Amino acid sequence: MKSLCIFKDRAAGGVMFFLTIASILVVGAMAVGLVVKSMPLLESRPLSELLFSSEWKPLRGEFGFFPFLAGTLWVTGIAIVLALPVSLLTAIYLVEYARRRVKSYVFPMLDILAGLPSVIYGVWGVLLIVPLAGYTLLTGGIVLGVMILPLLVSLLVEIFSAVPSSLRDASASLGATQWQSIKKVVLRKTSPGILAAVVLAISRALGETIAVLMVCGNLPEVPHSMMEAGYPLPALIANNYGEMLSLPLYEAALMFAALILFVVILLFNVTSRVILYRVEKKFAL
Amino acid sequence: MIFRPDHKFTHGAETSKMQIEGLNVHIAGQHILKEVNLIIPDKRITCVIGPSGCGKSTLLRSMNRLIDSVEGAHIEGKILIGEVNLIDSGEHLTELRRRIGLVSQKPCPLPMSIFENVAYGCQIHGIRNRRKLKMVVRHYLEAVGLWDEVCERLNAPATSLSLGQQQRLCLARSLAVEPQFILADEATSALDPIASRNVEELFVKLKNDYSIIMVTHTLRQARRIADYVVFMYLGELVEAGLASEVFDNPQHELTKKYLSGAFS
Ligand SMILES: Nc1ncnc2c1ncn2[C@@H]1O[C@H](COP(=O)(O)OP(=O)(O)O)[C@@H](O)[C@H]1O
Ligand SMILES: [Mg+2]
Repeated sequence: MKSLCIFKDRAAGGVMFFLTIASILVVGAMAVGLVVKSMPLLESRPLSELLFSSEWKPLRGEFGFFPFLAGTLWVTGIAIVLALPVSLLTAIYLVEYARRRVKSYVFPMLDILAGLPSVIYGVWGVLLIVPLAGYTLLTGGIVLGVMILPLLVSLLVEIFSAVPSSLRDASASLGATQWQSIKKVVLRKTSPGILAAVVLAISRALGETIAVLMVCGNLPEVPHSMMEAGYPLPALIANNYGEMLSLPLYEAALMFAALILFVVILLFNVTSRVILYRVEKKFAL
Repeated sequence: MIFRPDHKFTHGAETSKMQIEGLNVHIAGQHILKEVNLIIPDKRITCVIGPSGCGKSTLLRSMNRLIDSVEGAHIEGKILIGEVNLIDSGEHLTELRRRIGLVSQKPCPLPMSIFENVAYGCQIHGIRNRRKLKMVVRHYLEAVGLWDEVCERLNAPATSLSLGQQQRLCLARSLAVEPQFILADEATSALDPIASRNVEELFVKLKNDYSIIMVTHTLRQARRIADYVVFMYLGELVEAGLASEVFDNPQHELTKKYLSGAFS
């Protein structure tokens, strides 16, 4: 009996270890697969040309990915610039000011919004934002921003709620107003958490496909302002995979697009983690 | 010295008496404090004792209106500081709170450096002058006997201090905005015996300048330092008076039982 328990314990430990390793391996395999598949393209041209050339003419064998990279950065940037202040203020309101009744209505709503499939946000963008701002990067940014808003708000609400009320009390007892306490104590205490939430939201935005595909105009040229059309990387892949694959190097090019996206998200997460670690250590938060 | 320029590090003229009349507190429909009447004497240590759950913390949290942040809390009655009633003080509440310091049970340093912790209150109240801030920080760190221990690392995070040091830092932080009252809710219960004694002795020293109201979990501590004692039971104030009288000659049956250790 006893030995069976010990065996089960060991087995459970082993299985969980194996599954953890397996999920890491899957990600690694994905990266290797993408590299292998984009090899034909990588061997034919220098990396710098692929990344920084603006000429995207697959029929003539020119593959410059800069327009797509720029498009991705534009919509993601616009989205976070729009969503962050709104979500910060919303979360602060919900945690610090709102009564329990208000929260009990808003929280389930946020969960529903966060769970809506992105095609619905895309349709909403086409119906409501496109008539105002056209098929542009701005529209893409707005749609993306609205899409990550519920995610950001729920993350931030959780982060602010975790601040012990004794900190707020200590600040208030010195004669600080509620807003002063929030600005100088709560936001400071939570700055690493806020950063982490933003990283998560940006990662989500970087990879979002359907919604931006529907509203950005999908024009493979380097955009010079947010009022121009653009073509983010994920949209490029989703739009073209399975078509025109007879073109030489075209499949490799799409694989390379996926690889770029993969690397961008990876780099972004790693750097932000390093920054986060430094900040936490410096201020002992 | 900053909030009252004519006072040189001491607090003379202003009245530090707090007068509580007919205080009732309800939380979520429950009657937590029942018709409490109490005078907190000037520049003395008043200890609030009683079994846990009797409303000591609630009483203290009423005295600086932090009770407001408890959802569903309703407070009525009078808490007079001089002429002002804390309970309908409106926009003066933050200024009144400045005059009522707080030391909590667990040390609660703000997420900033040692220096910034002490300077925080002054900055909140608009003092920006760096030289002045340095002076204030040094003065109050000295007042709590922490200066020599931390003067080399004022910019280190406050959380890097030991618990006892953190508690003294919190005390310095409260003193830096020049309160007249200090509320302490079991301020030594999270500390080791030596640190606890340190803080206790500090309170005794500080009563020359401040009116101190202290909730304490140990009768022995109350016997050591209290000038006045308030005994509470189930939300009611049972007995209050000079420490010597309450301890040696309690009037109320409940007080006698509690002091003899029949319940705790
Ligand atoms: N936030 C709250 N919500 C509901 N009841 C509370 C709250 N805070 C305190 N109480 C109740 O008020 C009573 C007194 O609590 P408290 O003042 O903390 O007692 P003490 O400090 O003497 O142990 C307790 O019965 C407690 O359950
Ligand atoms: Mg208590």
